[in-house]
Order: sequence, then C-alpha cells, then structure tokens
Amino acid sequence: MSSPSAHTAQHAPHGFIRKYIFSLDHKVIGLQYYFLGLFSVFLGMSLSLLMRYHMVNPNVAVSWFGKLWPTAAAGGVMTPELYLSLMTMHGTIMVFFVLTTVPQSGFGNYFLPIQIGAEDMAFPVLNMMSFWTTFLALIVMVAAFFVQGGAPLSGWTAYPPLSGAGRITGPGEGMGQNLWLVSIAIFCGASLMGAINFIATTVDLRCQGMRLMRMPLTCWTWLVTAILGLLGFAVLLAAGVLLLLDRVAGTSFFLPAGLMINDQILVSHKGGSPLLWQHLFWFFGHPEVYIAILPGMGITSQLLATFSRKPIFGYKAMVYAILSIGFLGFLVWGHHMFMSGMNPYSAMAFSVLTMAIGVPSAIKTFNWIGTLWGGKIHFDTAMLFALGFVSLFVTGGVSGIFLGQPALDLYFHDTYFVVGHFHMIMGVAAIFGMFAATFYWFPKMFGRMMNETLGKIHFYLTFIGVYAIFTPMHYLGIAGNPRRYSAFTDVEYLGKLIPVHQFMSWAAYVTATAQIIFLVNLFWSMRKGKPAPINPWHATSLEWTVPSPPPHDNFAGVHPVVHHGPYEYSVPGAVADFIMQTDPASVRSEG
Amino acid sequence: MLLAPVVWVLTVVIVYFFAAKTWWFPPPISQHGLAYDAQFMRTLIVVGIIFFLAQFALGYVIVRFRNDGRRAEYSHGNNRLETLWTSATALLFIGLVIMGTKIWAAVHFDEAPPDAIPIEVMAKQFAWSFRYPGPDGKFGRADLHLVNDSAGNPMGLDDKDPASADDIVSASLKVPVGKPINLIMHSRDVIHNFFVPELRMKQDIVPGMEIPLHFQADKIGIYEVPCSELCGLGHFQMRTTMQVMSAADFEQWKRQQAQK
Repeated sequence: MSSPSAHTAQHAPHGFIRKYIFSLDHKVIGLQYYFLGLFSVFLGMSLSLLMRYHMVNPNVAVSWFGKLWPTAAAGGVMTPELYLSLMTMHGTIMVFFVLTTVPQSGFGNYFLPIQIGAEDMAFPVLNMMSFWTTFLALIVMVAAFFVQGGAPLSGWTAYPPLSGAGRITGPGEGMGQNLWLVSIAIFCGASLMGAINFIATTVDLRCQGMRLMRMPLTCWTWLVTAILGLLGFAVLLAAGVLLLLDRVAGTSFFLPAGLMINDQILVSHKGGSPLLWQHLFWFFGHPEVYIAILPGMGITSQLLATFSRKPIFGYKAMVYAILSIGFLGFLVWGHHMFMSGMNPYSAMAFSVLTMAIGVPSAIKTFNWIGTLWGGKIHFDTAMLFALGFVSLFVTGGVSGIFLGQPALDLYFHDTYFVVGHFHMIMGVAAIFGMFAATFYWFPKMFGRMMNETLGKIHFYLTFIGVYAIFTPMHYLGIAGNPRRYSAFTDVEYLGKLIPVHQFMSWAAYVTATAQIIFLVNLFWSMRKGKPAPINPWHATSLEWTVPSPPPHDNFAGVHPVVHHGPYEYSVPGAVADFIMQTDPASVRSEG
Repeated sequence: MLLAPVVWVLTVVIVYFFAAKTWWFPPPISQHGLAYDAQFMRTLIVVGIIFFLAQFALGYVIVRFRNDGRRAEYSHGNNRLETLWTSATALLFIGLVIMGTKIWAAVHFDEAPPDAIPIEVMAKQFAWSFRYPGPDGKFGRADLHLVNDSAGNPMGLDDKDPASADDIVSASLKVPVGKPINLIMHSRDVIHNFFVPELRMKQDIVPGMEIPLHFQADKIGIYEVPCSELCGLGHFQMRTTMQVMSAADFEQWKRQQAQK
C-alpha cells in the first residue's frame, strides 16, 4: 500500500476539453463509459426489436425498412442476410460495448478508486486512452453497417469458415466482417489497458487501513474481472488478428484445404482448423460471461447488505467464491463445444468443471438469501433491482445445469434453450446489476436523487417483461427450435411454435418501450431531481464520506484512514445502525 | 413487498408450463432417446425443486424481513451452513453429470456396431446430400473438381470408377428401421449441424474433418432435419428429412435409386 499522495492529480483542469472530453479524471472517464454503454444498449436493443419483428413477420413489407436499407430490404421486406447482420451486431454490441463496458469500465472506473480511498486510477493517461480506444472501436463496429454488403452475418462468435473465407460465404462477409474484426481487435487493446489499470490501482493505491479483506465486494469483483479481462482479451486479440490474416493475407490458421464455397474451389487455403478458432474464441468467451456478471454480483451484494441493514452473510466465502469463479472460468470453455467435433472424452472433463463452477455461484445465491434473512429490508428502487438480479440469476443459472451436461446438450445445443439461458443470466441479470448500480450511485455521481415512483414503475414493467421475453425461449428449446433462424417458415414443426414467438415479440416491444421511463428518469433527475445528501442510503463505504459529486481528487486532499470492514450494519451497541469504514476504531465493530 | 407475490406468480407460471408440457419434445424414436428423456426428467426435477425453493425463499424473506421498525440482526454468517450447502450443491451437480455419462458414452465413446449401415453425409450451403454404397458395398472415388450440383452430382462422384458408378446419392436421408446406422459426415464449405429432434441427437459437421455419428431408429416415419449451426443466409431453409422405413421398403428404395 503506497501513500495516495505518491501520485498527483490535485488541480482540477480548466477548459471544457480537458475537463469533459480528454479528461484524466477517473470519474469523468467512468461517466464517458457509462454514456457510451447507454448509447450502445439502446442501439443493441433496437436491433433486437427489428429481429423480433422480422422473425414473426418475415414477408411483411415496412416502407421505412426499404428506405433504411435500399438493397438489404428492397421494397421494405428484410432479407435473411439483413436479419443475420442485425443479429451479429446485436450480440456484438451488447456483449462488448454494454456488458463488458458499463459494469466494469463505467461503474468500476468511477467507484473503485473512491471505495479504496485513492485519488484516481493508477495510470490516468492510460485510463483516458482506454476510453478513447473503446470509442474508436465502437465507431469502427458501427461503420460495418455502412459498407458494401453491410454488417457481417456470422454471429458474435464469428465461426470460420463462414467468417474466414470472405465475400463468397455471404453478403456482409466482405468489408463488413473485416471491420468487425478490426473493431474487436481495437476493443481488446482498450480492455487490456483498462485491466492493467484496475489491477495496479487495487494492488497499489488502497488507503491506510484498507486491507484486501476490508474491500467492499464490488472492489473484489472489479479486481477479478480485470484479471479475467487481462488473460481473456489477450487471447481474443491474437485470435482476431489471425482470422483477419486468413481473410486478407492468405494465411490458413482456421481454413482447411478442400473448401468449395458457392461452387468455387478455394485453392489458396490448406492446413487450418476451424476448431482452433472455437478454442481460442471460447477461451476468451467463457470468462467474458463472468466479466459481464461478476461486477453485477458485487453490486448486488453491496446493495443487499445496505438495504437490509445487515452485514453480508459470509464475506470470506463470497470472496473465495468470486476468486474460484474467476479461476474455474478459464477451465470450462469446452462446454460451448460439446457438439463441435472435438474429442468427446474432453467433454467429460469440461462438464465436471462446469458443474464445479456452479458451486460458487450457488454459494453466492445462498449467501444473498442469508444476508436478507433477519434483515430490515428497505425497498428502494436500487434494492428492487438487486433483488431482481437474484431472481434472474437463479432462473438463468439453473438452466445451465441442463446445458452443462454433454448428454443433454446433444439436443439443446444451438436451440432457443441456450438463447434463453444466456440472455437471462448474462444479459438481463447483468443489466439489472447496472440498473441497481445506476439507482444506487446516481446521487453520488450527479448530486441528485432519481425519482422513486418512476423507478418502481420501470422496475416492475422490466422485471415482468424480461421474464415474458426470455422464459418462453426455454420451452421453444425443448420443442427443438434452432437458434439463428431468420424465419420459421421452412421447417414444418416450427410452424406451431410461431404463436410463442409472437408472444415474445410483443413482450419485447412493451418492455423496450418501458425503457423510455428509465431514460426520462435519468435525464430529468440529473437536472431536476431532489438534491442528494452525502450519504442518502446510510451506507458505510468510502464514496459516502465525500460530497456528491466528489471533488476532483475525491477526498479534497485528506487521506482517508479505514478502521472497519465494509458491512458493519446494525452493530449492537452502536448509536446508528451503520458504522462507516472511516469511523474511529473506538466505535465497536468486528471488522 | 409487491415484489414477493410477483416473484411467486412468475415462478408458478414458469413451473406450470414445464409440468403441463405445453411445448415439448417430439416423442423419441430410439433407445437413446428414451435414456435421454429419463436423464432430462431427472435433471428437470432436481432443477425444478432448486428453482422453486430459491424463488420461493426470495419472496419469503422479502415479506418476512421487510422494514417494520425492528433492528436487523447482526451476523457475519455461519460457517457450518456455508460448508453444508457448498458440499450439498457440489454432490448434487456432479452426481447429475455422472448419471448422464452413460448416455454420452453410448453416443460418442462406443464405436458403431460392425454391421452398421454406412451412409456418407455431405452438407453445403444450404442443402444436404446422402450417399449409399451400391450393390458392391463400396464407396467409390469422389473428387471436388467433379462436383456439379446442377448436373445432379453434388458429391463429385467419379463415374469412371465402377465403385462410384453404382453409388446412390439422395437429397434426403432414408434409413431402415431397427438397424444401426453409421453416418460419415463432411461439409464442403462452412460448419453445419445434423439434428434430428426425435433422435435426441445432433452433431456439428466441420469442413476438413470426417465426423462419424451412429444411431438406430426404431420407429417408422418421416422426421425433419433442420440445420442447427449458423451457416449463412439460407440457414433457416437448410432442411431435409430422415425417413425411417421398413427393411423391405428400404431395399426397394435402394433398388429403384440404383436403376436411375
């Protein structure tokens, strides 16, 4: 632990550009990430609405589709290739620019330094660079829509040869796929810079008394997420560059000999392995799931303790669970590949390890219920989203017990069962974590409170809405509905499932519309919300000891000293029902 | 507070549709399919109980421990409980995997029986071809350069090779009932996936690899085969059928095809 003054960012910069654009302040950078994610989530959601519309109305002409995509939706009817490119971009934008970006780079950037008592991140310039690199990656990604052939259609997993052989495998597989790969590579660079910064900050910049085991669980999840990012994105970066080389430089990392695509024999490739890509991709891709969900787990833990006025149940067990999820997360990638043609014996190993990773996840759920047990629960909107997270995490988690068994995956692989599973847990549960974090930290970030009435209406509509959208997917999977189909018109047995798809589409339109309530609440509260006190939730961690919003160097030159653990609520004998981490040691606590 | 009944109602609705089997598997047509369904039901019951109890407990604590003026309990946890539920989940999860092992092993560790009928499968964007050896029982020579879809030679059979000349190529899969079948699968362009819901079986077909899959269908009928790995814009249309026929019908079909 070094002294916080070892690194100086004391004087607030002047001028709009230094303050808000090329800012070195972790709080501004955190907000930049947040708004980048907010833009991306609405873009990604709009794409999903178009998909849901097309799936149930594959032949209906909509005039503005035709205006938006004169070739891919000529006459207003979306082509299957347009559907697939919307699907690819939906997945990519959501996974990379929302789920990876907001919980970690957004909230983590803003609150990690404050929660551990630091003035800023360890490397402020690197921090600024990682945001602007992410921004560049987003521009390049969105540009893929506007090039000839449009965005790629190979899905966010980009399996070669579909993604590797160029134009001939389909429209969008020309420049669109190249831009996709370039964007992903840039994004990996940005994430690596961010990960190094998070790790260095947590290791080096904790204030006096902030032992590792006194860190709020949010900090633990950000730290482990950063380690996952460092190891995972490095591999994806390499894989992405190799695939790009296959496409533009005639190499054959992933393309085997003897390919005949669209009646053309590809003589230039030989010796590559399509499975190699899958191994590299999922070596990143599975930890990525935890990159998306771990910070949400941290935020949920933080909120459950705060709003039930109880210490977290089993802090140490929670830390060990986070660490073991992080470790095991790197040993289970093969469960995405049970049907891939890889050695079937390895499936057994991957499946046992996959079930093993369910154990720490279950521990977390038990501990959350244990935290609530005997508590005094306040139902502010932030807490509702945290409770919603627990419910969704359970629902999304238990379906994994089916998919983690190679025997059962023999049927469920690439059906809607999988789509329902990962949307529940990696999609909506993680997004509920973000909503919870938004409502919880908004007062600190903007100095005002969000509107609780709007918040609750939005919560209930969204909570019921996401269940209505994603639960039926499990039934569809059981009925054998394959995923990534642009229409259900050509396989007979899918015809009778179309009403379920119609229900899901309507649920999606309504739930998406409900998100306007959130936007209104967010922007209205920024300007007109009730002014927030320093510590509106009577929480204990360091960000609640500083003004809202915090000054440029967070602690106004004072170096905080920590005497207590982060979850000292309802301590017997204490005056208030919470003890701040910085309260004098003489205040009784067991932390 | 309102959240508790909402969680309970959602839980009951979700469980209801699983119990009512409103949208469900098609009936299985093989021994493997029966074993599969048994393993699925075992897992469903275990998972159903976990799911129901967890959601119910969540709703319960929301009601029971709402803010009613009490002071919250001060407790940092309970190591015995922690150990108990950790080992209980571990046993349960690993137990389920082990129970399913036999099913996986029968499909993937066991070789096809020696009397299995070999059928070559060739997948391409966005069609299937199935090739049967002719009366000589041999697959003859094939060459990518001879592939000509419009001339009816999607697998590039070399007519000059007598072993090839009598091979049968079909756009849909025909198999005799109650006989072991061994598919030898190839793709010539991108990754596809062979899936027959009634068989409870699917397998990726990867270009550059030869991937076997063996099974035995015990019920006569026509079953759909939808491609189940994203293969391009026509993925949703890449469908064929598997017809399970009596042995006599199968032999007759082969004879008819051979004459063409």
